[in-house]
Amino acid sequence: MNSRVNGQLTQNDPKDEMTLTPEPSREKGLSQQIAVKNEPGPDAGDVWSKDKVFEVKDVTVSYGGKAAVKDVSMDIFRNEVTALIGPSGCGKSTLLRCLNRMNDLVSSASVEGEILYHGHDLYGPKVDPVQVRKMIGMVFQKPNPFPKSIYDNIAFGPRVLGLKDIDERVEKALRGAALWDEVKDRLKDNAYGMSGGQQQRLCIARTMAVDPEVILMDEPCSALDPISTGKIEDLMDELKQKYSIVIVTHNMQQAARVSDKTAFLIVEMSSTENNRWGQLVEYDETDKVFTNPQDPRTEDYVTGKVG
Amino acid sequence: MAGSIGGIGGGSERTRLASAGAKAVTIDQLNNQPRGDRLKGNIFLALLLLALTIALAGLAAIIIQAAVKGAPAFGTQLITNGPSTLNPDESGFRPALIGTLYLILGVILLVVPLGVGAALYLEEYADGDRWWNRLIELNVQNLAGVPSIIYGILGLAFIVRGPLDMGFILAAGSMTLALLVLPTVILAGREAIRAVPPSIREGSLALGATEWQTIRKQVLPAAIPGVVTGVILAISRAVGETAPLLLVGAAAFVTFNPTFFGDDGYSALPVMIFNYAARPQDEFRVIAAAGVILMLIVLLAMNSFAVWLRNRYEQQW
Repeated sequence: MNSRVNGQLTQNDPKDEMTLTPEPSREKGLSQQIAVKNEPGPDAGDVWSKDKVFEVKDVTVSYGGKAAVKDVSMDIFRNEVTALIGPSGCGKSTLLRCLNRMNDLVSSASVEGEILYHGHDLYGPKVDPVQVRKMIGMVFQKPNPFPKSIYDNIAFGPRVLGLKDIDERVEKALRGAALWDEVKDRLKDNAYGMSGGQQQRLCIARTMAVDPEVILMDEPCSALDPISTGKIEDLMDELKQKYSIVIVTHNMQQAARVSDKTAFLIVEMSSTENNRWGQLVEYDETDKVFTNPQDPRTEDYVTGKVG
Repeated sequence: MAGSIGGIGGGSERTRLASAGAKAVTIDQLNNQPRGDRLKGNIFLALLLLALTIALAGLAAIIIQAAVKGAPAFGTQLITNGPSTLNPDESGFRPALIGTLYLILGVILLVVPLGVGAALYLEEYADGDRWWNRLIELNVQNLAGVPSIIYGILGLAFIVRGPLDMGFILAAGSMTLALLVLPTVILAGREAIRAVPPSIREGSLALGATEWQTIRKQVLPAAIPGVVTGVILAISRAVGETAPLLLVGAAAFVTFNPTFFGDDGYSALPVMIFNYAARPQDEFRVIAAAGVILMLIVLLAMNSFAVWLRNRYEQQW
């Protein structure tokens, strides 16, 4: 069941319960209680003790004082695909955008709690969001190539970062995104002449060209047909050898296919129903979330009873 | 009727009748648009066409009249000769045409950096929730509607005399016209910048580009066609302006080629047309009519260039 995960492991660090998150002892309202696996399986220690990329601690994101997602705590691990699933409005995109400080662009947004990136506070006073985004790239829901040639789309990132060997980087990135053979003869053509799936792979290549460590993907396949989606999913499987990937998706099959760990969020409502926010319900290995969820709400969602 | 029919055949007959009836009702409903509705629609369409006709007829009348009256004066002397009271037949618009071209050049040099800069600030940096930014926006919109004579007075008080004290020189005319069209350019620039989708900015920022790099290398290049179109349209308005130029020293009867800072006076096409038309000699009125056509050609050329530019570089998102 964890063969995928085990294949990734480079070392068996015997840290176990300490890395569990969130801590079950934290005080919460009953409806907000997060299902935590109480009995780690025999190999769970391996799975939860890999290198952490992000440690999200009690994060609440608000827009104009209104919480969009509340009290999320989870660890995101290196060289894994972590999926965020849940119904619309549960704040999964909001959460994702906090991880590379894209939410800074929304002036009304505020982030409480702590997000550690390799142990450093992403929202620390000296942290420059531009530097954060150099290391943590992002692929968006709708393919958004720049109105330039294919080559210039890829070359833009390395150029603004002052990197060398642009030609090599462009080729490497396009090969990495399995796009090179399709476009090598028309690098000078405008990127808008490509198909939607190619455009999205171009955007992934563009992200790879600046050598990030993490790639965030915000529903990268929702505007694509199944064949293009399949190509991008195959790509993700390869990419996680080198990068850590966090993906938001509406498509549960996709989460089940591509991810190692899955976080399920729901929409909570206040009693008067005029206030709604997202809440993390369950975060576990993908296989467990889909085959043996701890929380009945997760089970209802992944089996299609609701949502 | 139903009572007389029985059995299977009767059933299908009933079905046939029922469906035929339903069909008839449907066709009736589809075809029977209320007469009043159709009439109202036609009247409205007629009114729209009438409005369009009146607008076009006015334009056509001006052009035809100017062309017919000015026909005798068409010739190269229109652009090669200056005004002459000795032989009005040979008079032309050379100093005025050159003056207008200089004015345009000056306006472009002033208005592009100022207008694009202001538009960029308002679109990309200003926080629209702050009251002062909203006040600025409101004022820019209002300024675009201020009568041009007021800009003329402003130019006279602040540029020709007053703080800048430049005198009645062509550069002062350029500055006054630049002030006049600046709000239009800012508005056009904002439109063009706003038309660049946010996803482009996000894509650039997500790669680790700074805000300035994003604006300079993504937003501005994508907005340039729109900005240039706006600038050209604004300048074609400036070309036709007479009132502010009269106040800031565009003299009517200039026989030599102007320069930016020469203080021997300068002229512009509309000012000279106005002057020729007001002269007693018939020959000058003919030349004034020809001048109208000349000016229309200049304007048309500029506007066609703007349209071509927009079609050539417009980005479909």
